[in-house]
Amino acid sequence: MSEVEYRRAKAAQGGLLIVEGVEGIAFGDRVRIRDHRGRRRNGQVIRAAEQETLIQVFEGTDDIDMDNTWVRFLDQPLTLTVSPGLLGRVFNGIGEPRDGRPPIVDGEARGISGSAINPAARNYPREFIQTGISTIDGLNSLVRGQKLPIFSASGLPHNRLAAQIVRQARLPGEATNFAIVFAAMGVSYSDARFFRESFSDSGVLGNVVMFINHADDPPVERLALPRVALTAAEYLAFDLDRHVLVVMTDMTHYAEALREVATAKGDVPARKGYPGYLYSDLAEIYERSGRIRDRHGSVTMVPVVSMPSDDITHPIPDLTGYITEGQIVLSRELNNQGVYPPVDIAPSLSRLMKDGIGKDDTRDDHPRVANQLYALYAKAQEARNLASIIGAEELTARDQRYLEFARDFDQRFVGQGEDENRSIIETLNLAWELLSRFPRDALTRVSETDLAHYHRAGESPA
Amino acid sequence: MTESRSGYIREINGPILRIHLPGGRNGEQVRIGSLDIVGEIIALEGDDAIVQAYESTDGLRPGEAVHGLGHPLTVELGPGLLQGIFDGVQRPLQEIASIAGDNIPRGLRIHSLDRERAWQFSPTDGLEPGGQVAAGTRLGTVQETETIEHRILVPPTVSGELIDLAPAGNYTLDSTIARVRDAQGKVHKLALYHRWPVRQARPYSRRDHGVEPLITGQRILDTFFPLLKGGKGAVPGPFGAGKTMVQQQVARWSNADIVIYVGCGERGNELVDVLESFPQLQDPYTGRGMMERTLLIANTSNMPVVAREASIYVGMTMAEYFRDQGYDVVMLADSTSRWAEALREVAGRLGHMPVEEGYPAYLGSRLAAVYERAGRVETLGGGRGSVTLIGAVSPPGGDFSEPVTSHTKEIIQTFWALSKELADARHYPSVDWVDSFSQDVSIAAGWWAKEISGAWSSRRTQALSLLARDAELSRIVNLVGPEALSSAQRWELEGAALVKEAVLQQSALDEADTYCSPNKQFQLLELVMQVFDQGKELIALGAPVQELAEHPILARIRRAKSTWRSDEGDQLAAFASEVYKAFSALRSEYASGQEALP
Ligand SMILES: Nc1ncnc2c1ncn2[C@@H]1O[C@H](COP(=O)(O)OP(=O)(O)OP(=O)(O)O)[C@@H](O)[C@H]1O
Ligand SMILES: [Mg+2]
Repeated sequence: MSEVEYRRAKAAQGGLLIVEGVEGIAFGDRVRIRDHRGRRRNGQVIRAAEQETLIQVFEGTDDIDMDNTWVRFLDQPLTLTVSPGLLGRVFNGIGEPRDGRPPIVDGEARGISGSAINPAARNYPREFIQTGISTIDGLNSLVRGQKLPIFSASGLPHNRLAAQIVRQARLPGEATNFAIVFAAMGVSYSDARFFRESFSDSGVLGNVVMFINHADDPPVERLALPRVALTAAEYLAFDLDRHVLVVMTDMTHYAEALREVATAKGDVPARKGYPGYLYSDLAEIYERSGRIRDRHGSVTMVPVVSMPSDDITHPIPDLTGYITEGQIVLSRELNNQGVYPPVDIAPSLSRLMKDGIGKDDTRDDHPRVANQLYALYAKAQEARNLASIIGAEELTARDQRYLEFARDFDQRFVGQGEDENRSIIETLNLAWELLSRFPRDALTRVSETDLAHYHRAGESPA
Repeated sequence: MTESRSGYIREINGPILRIHLPGGRNGEQVRIGSLDIVGEIIALEGDDAIVQAYESTDGLRPGEAVHGLGHPLTVELGPGLLQGIFDGVQRPLQEIASIAGDNIPRGLRIHSLDRERAWQFSPTDGLEPGGQVAAGTRLGTVQETETIEHRILVPPTVSGELIDLAPAGNYTLDSTIARVRDAQGKVHKLALYHRWPVRQARPYSRRDHGVEPLITGQRILDTFFPLLKGGKGAVPGPFGAGKTMVQQQVARWSNADIVIYVGCGERGNELVDVLESFPQLQDPYTGRGMMERTLLIANTSNMPVVAREASIYVGMTMAEYFRDQGYDVVMLADSTSRWAEALREVAGRLGHMPVEEGYPAYLGSRLAAVYERAGRVETLGGGRGSVTLIGAVSPPGGDFSEPVTSHTKEIIQTFWALSKELADARHYPSVDWVDSFSQDVSIAAGWWAKEISGAWSSRRTQALSLLARDAELSRIVNLVGPEALSSAQRWELEGAALVKEAVLQQSALDEADTYCSPNKQFQLLELVMQVFDQGKELIALGAPVQELAEHPILARIRRAKSTWRSDEGDQLAAFASEVYKAFSALRSEYASGQEALP
């Protein structure tokens, strides 16, 4: 069937093409389209009926006409050819080279949609990854196989943070077989260049596979991109035993493309025009991270999600938060104060931290120290609010101490250099320096043993 | 029942297919195409059936053959359910992993329950051939796990004369263990298992009132917002607030006989967490591994949406099956919002008119129908059993006025509202004491008065009003500053802080405190309220509030919950008397000081 080209386009609109009178076309199959200028486009069947086939065209439907559009059904699903040769290469959203080098042919073609991992075949992720960033390692630890997004907004340094994580992430005391999959959807040329240079400066380019769709590339292609990228990631992790870190930026552009196509299809919108299946669609992507029993590699995901209008309740960050295993939230306020990385710890969370830290993984006091810092920071925020109403001088001595703590915490614990790579022990010691400005009785979230070991009574840090 | 009709695919639109299948019945199961995918008829239009597929439809083509199976979605009910993990349509996931590898393939034909395994069956004493048996009559038992005796009952649809009953021995699931001749003379062969259509509630003799609270070992739940055995509860909250943690804590520590945990559209790793950690944990009531009474249903968020809708019914049917055996069952559904969204997605594809946020008009009635299947009943066999249903709700943007939360709120009796503010401050469980409610406090109070202490009810009320005072006073502080408060008022703030930190907060990760027995719950509450009362008296006597607030013993009170485990009540009691002594000492100090004044 793949030999036959049909000239039966009936309608084209919003990235969708309807073809009439072709029978027996499989749902989800790949389509090749030739337009009136002889240019090739790619598509996928998203509705298959007896008399009518609906195709999503990755390059969009601009400049398509009805008479001179030729459609060929390839009789196979969308695939990515995987081989060790992926490493070091750059592709577009549907896995075609964009680095001027020839396509990969000597590998296995794998369907990009991936079937669900059987929960009974998973291993629970529990290996602590040190990122060298105190707010992550100390308070919201990342573990291998986790999906931990960065919630950000325009103008905030999420790319710098993601790049720093990529540069510094490692298992304490282990040189590992790692790889990086970089999936960029609708990013600017300068952002793409920034990542490229960052990989190249740290000498890891040979371990990176990039899938890039720029801001001026067709949006529909963004729907395939993360799936293609994850097919590569799964191959590297579960066939080649690599520990793969997947950086996906920006998932908001992905979701917007999904909305565009959904609207064109006439799907019933749920919130803010996004289709009701946005949750399941995002989950199909995010749930591809993890660890699998009897496999040595892992897929860890750090997606960047920008919050439209800084709104964490917007459907994209909201649904992401409901799927991922926590989130690192960046704050405009901290950023304006010059704090880098501007991580707002209150809404940040790592759900897999609990099994990755503590005695055998980081240090015995770690969970309680994190807890204590959070409790104090929450009190300090209350004191800050109060101070903004009644003035700092009116505060009780206790509240004044909270204020000082919060200031130091933001500057010294949250704030760190873009090249500063703190070990988890350094992070915990820094935490104790801040905690030690409180009397022991005020620190009830840590144990008495912790206090005996680490509290620096009497010393008041400068 | 088993006549099979054939048809063919006309259209594929994601999980929804239009199929030419004359004579198809609503609810009927179908097998689709060369991939042999499973689906269910959800609407009929002339000779066409609209089918929802439980598996991905990628690769199916119009024209492929479809077979109607002549029966609705059913589950297998019998020994082998416990400790298992099934998908949303009861396929055994461990089994599938061992035959098919890491990912779930499509079109599998596999039994839900193991057919090879032999179970040791002991027939009921005194049940003689020739006698009458009815639906629910206990034919015998199988010790399924060390803790759970699986009671083999005559299925709800059968009654009549017992022709014969198998003697004690080992039987596989398929073996006939009894034959019953019904009034029409038809002979029913009964095996160790039977099938039941999931969308049909299993019958019982009559509904009964809830009589005692479900003890979950969580203070904010048991002491403040109790849920009865057989009750309906909901846990709404924004992402990351702790819904899953609450549900898992209930699964671990509640005094139910059977726990059914339905991961409906949530994370794969959360189920793995249960699978890996439960066998290591000890049930505080039986001392046995916790997995022995647990069964999991997993339709994770990346699995097909349609099976998500089915998973809740599958779980509920299993819950009713154990209820019918006379057990108290807890079913946890995480999250009912994903179930509702699956409903919405199918409704959207069917072109049903959306009413609120894309949900169809029947959302409320469907939700109510699910929750209605919970309850405490007199079973057909004459015993008592219950199904407690606790649903997590995941409101978009954390907004409780959205359709699923607001409909749920009208149905349930206990509402554990989780708050983002509390979770952000790492106050866990982040159950908000203002928004949460329980309609069954008075029934629970009876139990607490009888089992633990007559003072439970008044102490509980006192603590809640102290928390309400706290909110009021904090508002004043936020307007005019702390100086505006009297000493007595400042002590109220301290008292409320103590209630929050020493009683309400309870870390699931704290080994000593993750489970808190009713006794320890009351001890802690009583200790804190006593301290508050005594402090109040001291302040009236002129003690400076600052001094009391910074008294080192308060730090020890805050730590008490993690210092002593539930089985160390004596030590906790000894500590409490130490505290009271310290306060009496203070009192004599101030009392004498006051006497000396004039
Ligand atoms: N009782 C508790 N004790 C200790 N930690 C808790 C408790 N409850 C919640 N947490 C913390 O909060 C995190 C998030 O909780 P959980 O996964 O239950 O949230 P959720 O409401 O189910 O979120 P989602 O809707 O995204 O699934 C946990 O990983 C844990 O770190
Ligand atoms: Mg959850």
